[in-house]
Amino acid sequence: MSESTSANTAKPSSSVKLVLLGEAAVGKSSLVLRFVNNDFQENKEPTIGAAFLTQKCSLPTRTIKFEIWDTAGQERFASLAPMYYRNAQAALVVYDVTKPSSLTKAKHWVAELQRQASPGIVIALVGNKLDLTNDANEAAGEAQPEAEHESSPADGDEATEETQEEPDVSNGDARKVPTREASAYAEEEGLLFFETSAKTGHNVVDVFTAIANAIPESSLKSGRGAGAGTGQTSLSGGRPAEDSRVNLGERGAATAKEGCAC
Amino acid sequence: MVSTADGPAQDANNPETENPPTPPPSSSLRQPSTSSDRESEEERPPPLPPRPNTLRLLDEGGASLRTSRPGAPTNLQSRATTAVSLTDIGCHDAGKESRVVREGSETLKAQASLNHLTSSRGSETGDTASIRSSGPQGDIGDVENVFGDFVATDTGLIRKHSTGLLQFPEFQADDVEDDFTSEFEPVGEVDEEGGNEEQVLANWKAKRKHYLILSAAGKPIWTRHGDGGLISTYIGVIQTIISFYEDSKDPLSSFTAGDTKFVIVTKGPLHLVAISRMLESDTQLKLQLEALYMQILSTLTLPSLTHLFSIRPSTDLKRPLQGSETLLSTLADSFTKGSPSTLLSALECLKIRKSHRQAINNTLLKTKVSSLLYGLVVAGGRLVNVVRPKKHSLHPGDLQLLFNMIFEAEAVKAGGGESWIPVCLPGFNSSGYLYMYVSFLDLRDDANPANDTKTTTTKEESVAIVLISANKESFFELQGMRDAFVEQMEKNGSIKIIKEAVAKGRPSTTDIVPGTVLHHFLYKSRANVQFTMSSYDPEFSTVSRRRRLMSTYNNLHASIHARHTHVKVHHCVSQSSSSFAWVTPMFELYCVAGANANRNALAQSASKIIEWVRQEEERLFIIGGAVF
Repeated sequence: MSESTSANTAKPSSSVKLVLLGEAAVGKSSLVLRFVNNDFQENKEPTIGAAFLTQKCSLPTRTIKFEIWDTAGQERFASLAPMYYRNAQAALVVYDVTKPSSLTKAKHWVAELQRQASPGIVIALVGNKLDLTNDANEAAGEAQPEAEHESSPADGDEATEETQEEPDVSNGDARKVPTREASAYAEEEGLLFFETSAKTGHNVVDVFTAIANAIPESSLKSGRGAGAGTGQTSLSGGRPAEDSRVNLGERGAATAKEGCAC
Repeated sequence: MVSTADGPAQDANNPETENPPTPPPSSSLRQPSTSSDRESEEERPPPLPPRPNTLRLLDEGGASLRTSRPGAPTNLQSRATTAVSLTDIGCHDAGKESRVVREGSETLKAQASLNHLTSSRGSETGDTASIRSSGPQGDIGDVENVFGDFVATDTGLIRKHSTGLLQFPEFQADDVEDDFTSEFEPVGEVDEEGGNEEQVLANWKAKRKHYLILSAAGKPIWTRHGDGGLISTYIGVIQTIISFYEDSKDPLSSFTAGDTKFVIVTKGPLHLVAISRMLESDTQLKLQLEALYMQILSTLTLPSLTHLFSIRPSTDLKRPLQGSETLLSTLADSFTKGSPSTLLSALECLKIRKSHRQAINNTLLKTKVSSLLYGLVVAGGRLVNVVRPKKHSLHPGDLQLLFNMIFEAEAVKAGGGESWIPVCLPGFNSSGYLYMYVSFLDLRDDANPANDTKTTTTKEESVAIVLISANKESFFELQGMRDAFVEQMEKNGSIKIIKEAVAKGRPSTTDIVPGTVLHHFLYKSRANVQFTMSSYDPEFSTVSRRRRLMSTYNNLHASIHARHTHVKVHHCVSQSSSSFAWVTPMFELYCVAGANANRNALAQSASKIIEWVRQEEERLFIIGGAVF
């Protein structure tokens, strides 16, 4: 797991519980693995159940320790989701920019979170697999590309989708969900919004940094995180975090300069 | 598993067989050495010495049991050379057998007295074997006598023929050695115009092993190779055939076409079909299908499976099973590669000292939290430790599913963190989920953590802590337990011990018996439902070599467990190997040596292995385990 607390003892440190939700094979685990291990695996097998990971994120004034629940996207695990988002202070709802149905599913998750999760939960809407679109070229060079084999055998969900989508587009742009559509929805619902590529690493750290920044200071208390104990189950009340939510629809507008020291 | 009892043979009371004028067993050597035609029993080579009629009949019976693959070279009697044949052994009378077993404690005496008998009588060979196995101590010296008279003829005969025989593949199914790796490659997908359909279908047909699961209504659920579209016509044919027999109230369980064996298992609303062109028996294939069914139950639980189909018989089970296909596939692939664990229905343990295992057990028990049901430490599919409640034992089949999920399928490991997985253990309770906490130990050297060469630990080397609870909310409790447990293990040096044991790997046969002719062995302890084996390296490291080895074991296992046989010792020589199986109420030993290994050396090595296992028993196996 993560390294022990030693480096940033000066800064106050607090835990943030974060949950990843979204349709199967949109790249939730890949996002987390990029964030935690700076690693990417082609054709990763689907997550079974849920994986729990931690990663620290250093902000100018404090250190945030993310406790991440990476959930499986398959429907049969959906009934377990409340267990993971119940006490979460942040949620990453992921869709696949090449698959419109995954945005629909993401919207369902957002609605469920707004209805059932802790009030004040910070939600980020993330469109993944940006590397399959034309925008990928601009994003290139920003991250540390692993050995990439575009023409890997069509085995596994992600690659399957690639091969299915590619014939539809002449110029290799597999994008099916326009940035504008998703960002408009995010703005409407008061969500953070990013488009990422777990494969190239584009925008991945930025998502987590933005979430760390968006968590209101007040909800960061103990090392275990405010949501760890009981409480926070009341569904009434507004959303205190509302005004701290930023629309970061424009790529590059992210608070990258504050990037994680991890 | 058709484990035939090791009691006296069926015909034991037949007066005619009681003291049969059996020909010297050495003569039976001649029988198969000329049997390069391995076509069928009708074409059995002529130079069979005259045998009593009763024995002859028995022989035929035993052989025909194994001819369930017509056309395929699996007929043991016709292929094997130096069989201490079924007939030789199945003919001691009940009284003698039981007396001998009773005298087990006085082994030396019994063996000594047997040494005076003319061991040219096959029946005595069988008896001696049973004495030895029931005796508490092995005496290697005697083995020489038991098999002594075979020695002279053995090597010479086989050598003479082996040069000519080597041109034949060991088993037809395994003959295309280089091709085997392609067995696990995807068949590809039909493109939109369907232009490559023929190619894809050809790839599909080239697979030597298929597993198909379909619903009783004929909906494809899962297939190892290809996709639903590609195989839909075949699914239709299979469903028609199955339902035809079902209508006549005589369910079809298996059939053979050419060299291909089809085995069908029907479980509730599901039909599971295995199609194999490899050397596997019906029983073995059935076991594999049952394991696949267990995997489905493990994903869905029995009530929800039944429920789905009771509401709508035409349910498409693909959707509820989504994401677990890789588990089925890795399970299927491990069967195709050959899984000793499945073949023997037993588990393998990591070999460590008893006191070390005890220390880990105590640490586990000390750090145990209230919601813990089972606690396991597993190193690359080999069990290191297990703690369990007094009332509940663990089903080997369940553990096999867990090990498949944790070590074979990359999903859990690739998650990169700790996992929390709802899983149904059908052997434990098929009606509900348990929750499994999995965390891998980092065994890389702490000295250079910065060494980011990504030395990905192989499956064999990864060590997992598996904590199972019935409470789905107990993740953090178990996580706390894991942290305390690992910390304690660091302190008392257990981590280091596990690490060293893992690094050491399995012993090679020559480590155990210096200079032995044996190249590999499997030993199953029946009482413990556990097995141990020698290292695959260097000879069986490649997938195809390993497959050949497993075919040999499948073959031995099938013949020694064939219904109505009561074989205790089975020796089988082919052009590329000689193999040896030895079954007693205590253990099953299967071993493989080079084709020219003489039988005496083989038997001697085998008993040395037994002796070694007996000495190391408490290190090789978990006996009792820790309960709370």
